[in-house]
Amino acid sequence: MTDKQREHLKNRIAVVFAWIAAVLFFFPIFWMVLTGFKTESQAIAIPPLLFFEPTLENFTEIQARTDYSHFAMNSIITSFGGTLLAMLIAIPSAYAMAFNSGRWTKDILMWMLSTKMLPAVGVLMPIYLLSQKFGLLDTKITLVFIYAMMNLPIVMLILFNYFREIPKEILEASRMDGTSTFNEIVHIVLPLAWGGIASTALLSIILCWNEAFWSIVLTTTEASTLTAFVASFQAPEGLFWAKVSAVSTLAVAPIVVFGWFAQKQLVQGLTFGAVK
Amino acid sequence: MLAGFYWLGCSLVATVVGQVKVERDFREENMKSLRNTALGLALGVTSASMAMAGELTIATVNNGHMIEMQKLTPEFEAANPGITVNWVTLDEGTLRSRVTTDITTKGGQFDIMTIGMYEAPIWGERGWLEPLQFDAAYNVDDILPAMRGGLSYDGKLFAAPFYGESSMIMYRKDLLDAAGMTMPDNPTWGHVQDAAAAMTDKDAGQYGICLRGKPGWGDNMAFLTTMANSFGAQWFNEDWTPALDSAAWNHAVTFYKDLLDNYGPPGSSANSFNEILALMNEGKCGMWIDATIAASFIENPNMAYAQAPVAVTNRGANWLWAWSLAVPAGTKQKEDAMKFIEWATSQSYIELVAKTNGWGKVPTGTRQSTYDNANFQAAAPFAEAELKAILSADPSNSTQNPSPYVGVQFAAIPEFQAIGTAVGQQMTAVLAGDISVEEGLANAQKAADREMKKAGYY
Repeated sequence: MTDKQREHLKNRIAVVFAWIAAVLFFFPIFWMVLTGFKTESQAIAIPPLLFFEPTLENFTEIQARTDYSHFAMNSIITSFGGTLLAMLIAIPSAYAMAFNSGRWTKDILMWMLSTKMLPAVGVLMPIYLLSQKFGLLDTKITLVFIYAMMNLPIVMLILFNYFREIPKEILEASRMDGTSTFNEIVHIVLPLAWGGIASTALLSIILCWNEAFWSIVLTTTEASTLTAFVASFQAPEGLFWAKVSAVSTLAVAPIVVFGWFAQKQLVQGLTFGAVK
Repeated sequence: MLAGFYWLGCSLVATVVGQVKVERDFREENMKSLRNTALGLALGVTSASMAMAGELTIATVNNGHMIEMQKLTPEFEAANPGITVNWVTLDEGTLRSRVTTDITTKGGQFDIMTIGMYEAPIWGERGWLEPLQFDAAYNVDDILPAMRGGLSYDGKLFAAPFYGESSMIMYRKDLLDAAGMTMPDNPTWGHVQDAAAAMTDKDAGQYGICLRGKPGWGDNMAFLTTMANSFGAQWFNEDWTPALDSAAWNHAVTFYKDLLDNYGPPGSSANSFNEILALMNEGKCGMWIDATIAASFIENPNMAYAQAPVAVTNRGANWLWAWSLAVPAGTKQKEDAMKFIEWATSQSYIELVAKTNGWGKVPTGTRQSTYDNANFQAAAPFAEAELKAILSADPSNSTQNPSPYVGVQFAAIPEFQAIGTAVGQQMTAVLAGDISVEEGLANAQKAADREMKKAGYY
């Protein structure tokens, strides 16, 4: 076997493994969508049904019982709002850390990252009581603030890494010309790191979209998001798999479409630094 | 979350330490827009947090009868102009923690809460719930005495039952007939064991009995407590010391494990109501001892019903539970909330459901008049067994020997939730074969003892 043939074979094997991995990752999503079109008894049938007469009854019932668009709109507002707030805080902070790093910058970063290991439930009561005291229970502004705080460590870390890739010489040249810090960020750093900022924002939006704990605990009717919407379809006494699958399909659909259009930036962000 | 707050602090510090010189025009421009945004947000927040007059927010679970209540709510709104109803549907565990948090912090997020028989007397005693008072037309005496008693404290009704349940045996008569056996109306655990053995055919994927094994005070321990009661066991002695290391508990748990090991489906330690319901619908289980409400899901000509089995006593052999509606003390919509509960738990509501969906779909286990109705008797073959089970359950006398607590499948004390869950985990480990019965009960006794000491019972 020649080197070329060996290389070709290697590529073929890699492609096969990539397909297997893709199918494995995609299968739960596929099964969820499929189950959404089954009846409750078909959903629990053994052996599982791959071919069946599809029904829209789950989707019809969901629409009749609840206002999907209300939950979807809340998810959009809180995810984008939380991401925007996180970016507003993280961009200047990451800039400061990347271009004016000191002796303790790396240690501070590591310490900050380690705090991400603390469980959210640890601050449940303080957050709940504060929200209640300020009349902020069941409001979108609370979720926006919490989502921003929740994602800030990740957002800052990723932005910090992106910003470090920008050659310092460019910034030094601009400073020689008398550029202000604000103009330096807006006109030089942001355009150069635009791809990284976009992919970080996308990642943050997805994390906000999938957040369930706080949206279930802090909202009732006005600010409930799609994750609370999905959780409400679990039943302690009764079959619910088909309906939960249908409602989950509706909940993930917008973010899947959004992710599809933004996949280039997303892949760039997720694989950042992987092939340094 | 905490990390987020650390990060916010650190980000601000980093921003300052990094000497980011924000230009004055930028600051002023942004401060102006920030002020505008803050004003807008404040207005938005204020308007969002103000409770609308005549607007009821009800927290509930996603059970079939509750869904039906939501569908019929426009009838209530039409009859009561000016009142609108918002539903918040949560899964059972989340509902419990949400309403507990709301009620203890006086959050005022809910005007009506769906609670169970465990919470009603405890919360009523603490003044967290409004006592319910209805006019004569409501006919409170029609509510089954066991339900009324279980939802009251000090003679006051704190929650109105929306639907109630006990536990009973639901079995495949066709399989038992084929085995040449019969099930008595009031069987013993010995009868159940024999029937399970006769109906088991593991090669054909047919299991004689399916029982709850998933850990939780409302999951495996609800069932296991009734079983232990019938073996003469109890949760606490009269001086409130835990009694889980008794011989009666050992007999009950050993019997339970042997029964499921020999005649139960594989993976029983992960099964609770919904998992077994699925197995029953697939025809995998010959017999199921669980909530009477399950009968309405699995009813078919092959199904038959009997009372929960007994060993040495019939006291506490079948549980008692009610999903009920209560009004938290902090609500500003007390009168409207009372009106809604009066409507949703009345006999006329049951008739409305019957008219809409048929008598087979009405919420059961609450009113004597439902069981007296000939149409209901015809539509629900399980009605007689269900009523008998509910009437025979007595929360204030559920153990063979005297005990200091009220409740059949639980002890109505605030500490029980934690104790029941900890003990449930031990029992699941026993069932899975990870530890022995003796070890499991010893661990359970220790956990319960620690919790009771901490709470200051002795």
